[in-house]
Amino acid sequence: MIETRGLQKSFGAKRVLDGVSLRVGQGESLCVIGQSGTGKSVLLKCILGLVGTDAGQVLWQDQPLTPTRRRAFMARFGMLFQSAALFDSLSVWQNVAFRLRQRLPDAEARAIAIDKLARVGLGPETADLMPAELSGGMAKRAGLARAIADDPAVIFFDEPTTGLDPIRARRINQLIRGIVTETGATAITITHDMGSVRAIGDRVALLQDGRIAWDGPVAAMAEAEPLRGFLGLTEQP
Amino acid sequence: MNPVRLTGRAALRLTRGIGAVTLFTAQGLFGLRSFYLRAFVTQLLQIGWLSLPVVGLTALFTGAALALQIHSGGARFQAGDVVPAIVAIGMVRELGPVLGGLMVAARVASSIAAEIGTMKVTEQIDALVTLSTDPMRWLVTPRLWAGLLTVPLLVGVGDVIGIMGGWLVGTQSLGFTSAAYLSNSWAYLESWDVLSGLIKGAAFGLIVAVSGCWFGMRSGRGAEGVGRATKSAVVAAAVGILAANFLLTGAFFQ
Ligand SMILES: Nc1ncnc2c1ncn2[C@@H]1O[C@H](COP(=O)(O)OP(=O)(O)OP(=O)(O)O)[C@@H](O)[C@H]1O
Ligand SMILES: [Mg+2]
Repeated sequence: MIETRGLQKSFGAKRVLDGVSLRVGQGESLCVIGQSGTGKSVLLKCILGLVGTDAGQVLWQDQPLTPTRRRAFMARFGMLFQSAALFDSLSVWQNVAFRLRQRLPDAEARAIAIDKLARVGLGPETADLMPAELSGGMAKRAGLARAIADDPAVIFFDEPTTGLDPIRARRINQLIRGIVTETGATAITITHDMGSVRAIGDRVALLQDGRIAWDGPVAAMAEAEPLRGFLGLTEQP
Repeated sequence: MNPVRLTGRAALRLTRGIGAVTLFTAQGLFGLRSFYLRAFVTQLLQIGWLSLPVVGLTALFTGAALALQIHSGGARFQAGDVVPAIVAIGMVRELGPVLGGLMVAARVASSIAAEIGTMKVTEQIDALVTLSTDPMRWLVTPRLWAGLLTVPLLVGVGDVIGIMGGWLVGTQSLGFTSAAYLSNSWAYLESWDVLSGLIKGAAFGLIVAVSGCWFGMRSGRGAEGVGRATKSAVVAAAVGILAANFLLTGAFFQ
């Protein structure tokens, strides 16, 4: 459903992506792992068109994403940024309901926002706080609520459980898995947490030196040679 | 390197820069297809209403100082009694718009650049795009229109306060009667004097908002990037105001 072909991206002299080819099918949950600074976030931004690519293509439903098609694509996706990226000038519920408010009256949008906040474990008392009043983990979850608020068909999560305690992390993993199975959404998740990979992934891709070094089903991870070092080091309870 | 080539390259870059800023301004002003009213009203308050105290105080002290200067300078050729007229004309045509514009540049260009720059470096601008919202329409358009529309009003209020500053000094320490001072202020003032000042105000308001938005949207990474964007916005707005003032004055009064 979403495919990248030979994506290349350099910042100055530094080549971050060096021919990334990936494919995610409809309703599939792909986890992307890799060391810090290998370009996982950059890869997501290239797919979303937030960062221009030097070479390569992004395809959606087997056709290249032209600017016009990209607009239609954008309307169907949700994105959780690594930094949450909540709008400082809007309250938490206004952040979550940002897209909904473009077509629904405020009262209705607010009710949906409060429901989504509850799903990520934030009570209604957080709805009227400003983002600056949230802790890092709370902001992350509010960002997650915003990403799923409009029931997107494709969801991108950049490190959804980083900065959360293990119990919260497990609940977020369950939530993401639940969304994928319930709504048939396609999910691409960047994570360092192998627990997350097992809980939410159908497939795993390892990004290394600007390329996909390994790509396969979660069940086959244990036998994968390139993942060996990675598995031992990043195992979390 | 060859100086001709250097000059040529600099000229080319300058032209390209002016073109890009003009395009940015046009896009910002006329991308009205979905106009965000709430954001616009917020900016009217931020740029207009909240700048009132600083613009008012600037005008008050300027008008007062101007009255003192004209009085002592004018006394050298027995022209001390033209104080009210010169204060009025000087404020309305030149000092009101220029000093008001510079104060707005300091207050508003910096805060716009810092706000948008922070949004840029914390990925909020990217987030806007992923939520199907054009950052130009959501952030830039309301600020450009608010700058364009509120700064002339600020200049108008500043004109009145500046004349009042002169009146205070004139009646308290220069021996004018209140009625004489006011009628003398009024007598020599033409409507074009006032109007030209207000037009300058509109141009300066646009310059301030464009500088803030332009440098904010192009902010580099991190706190340092935002700091640099803020500084550049204020400098560009201030120099832009002074240059535009010269050009507009030439166009209006020659
Ligand atoms: N806008 C940019 N300008 C210059 N360099 C950039 C930019 N964005 C990312 N980079 C560089 O690209 C590389 C990859 O960054 P990226 O954020 O994708 O890493 P990551 O794999 O997501 O790491 P982490 O797991 O720590 O989030 C880094 O070396 C970073 O310095
Ligand atoms: Mg990252």
